[in-house]
Amino acid sequence: MSELTAQEETTPIKMRVRETVILRVVGKALVPFILLFALYVQFHGDYGPGGGFQAGVIFAAGLILHALIFGLDELRTAIPLVVVEIGIALGALLYGGVGVASMLLGSEFLDYGVLDGHDPAHGQHLGILLVELGVGITVTFVMVAIFYAFAGRSRQ
Amino acid sequence: MGEQVMGSVIEGVLFLFMIVLAIYIARLRSLFAAAMLFGIFSLLAAGMQTMMDAVDVAFTEAAVGAGISTVLFLGALGLTTSEETRPVHYRFTGLFVVTATGLLLAWGTLDMPAYGDPNAPIHQHVAPHYLDDSTAEIGIPNVVTSVLASYRGYDTFGETTVVLTAAVGAFLLLGGGALSARSGRDEDHEEADSSGDSAAGGEGSA
Repeated sequence: MSELTAQEETTPIKMRVRETVILRVVGKALVPFILLFALYVQFHGDYGPGGGFQAGVIFAAGLILHALIFGLDELRTAIPLVVVEIGIALGALLYGGVGVASMLLGSEFLDYGVLDGHDPAHGQHLGILLVELGVGITVTFVMVAIFYAFAGRSRQ
Repeated sequence: MGEQVMGSVIEGVLFLFMIVLAIYIARLRSLFAAAMLFGIFSLLAAGMQTMMDAVDVAFTEAAVGAGISTVLFLGALGLTTSEETRPVHYRFTGLFVVTATGLLLAWGTLDMPAYGDPNAPIHQHVAPHYLDDSTAEIGIPNVVTSVLASYRGYDTFGETTVVLTAAVGAFLLLGGGALSARSGRDEDHEEADSSGDSAAGGEGSA
C-alpha cells in the first residue's frame, strides 16, 4: 500500500474546512457518533426503520465526513483501497452465501427458514440479520469506493 | 381531522418549496450553488416522504441525496469548472418536449387510485398476506424489513449487485485512486499549472 500513501497528497476537493478549528473539533467529535448510529440503524432494522442500505450509506457518510475534514490520505491510510475492494465483494458474497447455505440445507435459494433446524422464524431472523449485514458491508464500501474514485482524481 | 389538515398544510409547503427550488436550480449558472441546493432539495423530499409514512425511503433519501450525492457533486466539480456555460440559443423544442411529457404523465396519474386508497390494486394483491402473516412466518416487527430481506430477498440481492456494479463501473471509468498513482507523472506535470492549489491541499493534509 506504500504506493497509495506516498502518492500525491492533494485532493480535488480542496476545502478550507481543514484549516477551520471549529469544523475539525466538531467533526472529530461527531464522526464516532455517526458511525455508532449507522450500526444502530443496521442492527435495529428488524424493529424500526432502517436496514443494511441505510446503515451502509450513513457509515460511509461518516467516513467521508472524516475525509473531508482531515484529508483523503487519512482515510486511505485507515481503509486502504485493497480493503475497499475486498469489502465490496464480501458483502454481496455474504448475501449470496446465505442463499447457497439455505440451498445446501435442503431448501430454495434465500429461504432462510431452514437455517435453524428447530424454528423457521429463528432461521428467518438469522438469515435477515446476515443478509442485511451483507448489504450494509457492500453499500459502505461501494460509497467509499466511489468517493475514492472521484476524490482521488485531479483536474485533467 | 385536524391532524390531517395539518399534514396537508405541511405537505403543501414542502411541495411548494421543492417546486420553487427546482425552478431556481434550473435557472442557476453556478454549479457549486446548484450542488448545494440539490442537497436541500433532497432534504425536502425526505421530509415529504416522512409525511407519507415512508420512513425507510426518507432515511435513504436524506443520507444519499443530501449527504453522499452532494459530496460526489463537489468531487465532480473539482474535475470541471464551477460555472455552467451559457447556451448559445435557448432550445424551445426541448421546453416543448419536457412540458408535453410532463402533462402526459400528469394526465396518466388521473387514472391511478387516490393516494392512500386502501382499495387500490397494489394493496389487494400480496400486501394483505405480508401484513397478516409476517409476524408468524418471519417474526420480526418491521414488516418493511421482512418484505425487503425475506419475501423479496431476490430483489434485494439484485439491488446489492447493482450497487456493486456501480462501484466496479466507477473504478473502471475513474480509476478509483489506483489510477492517480499510475498517472503520477501527469499530476507532476499539471502541478506547475495549479501549484498554488496543490500546495494548499498538501499543507492541509500534512
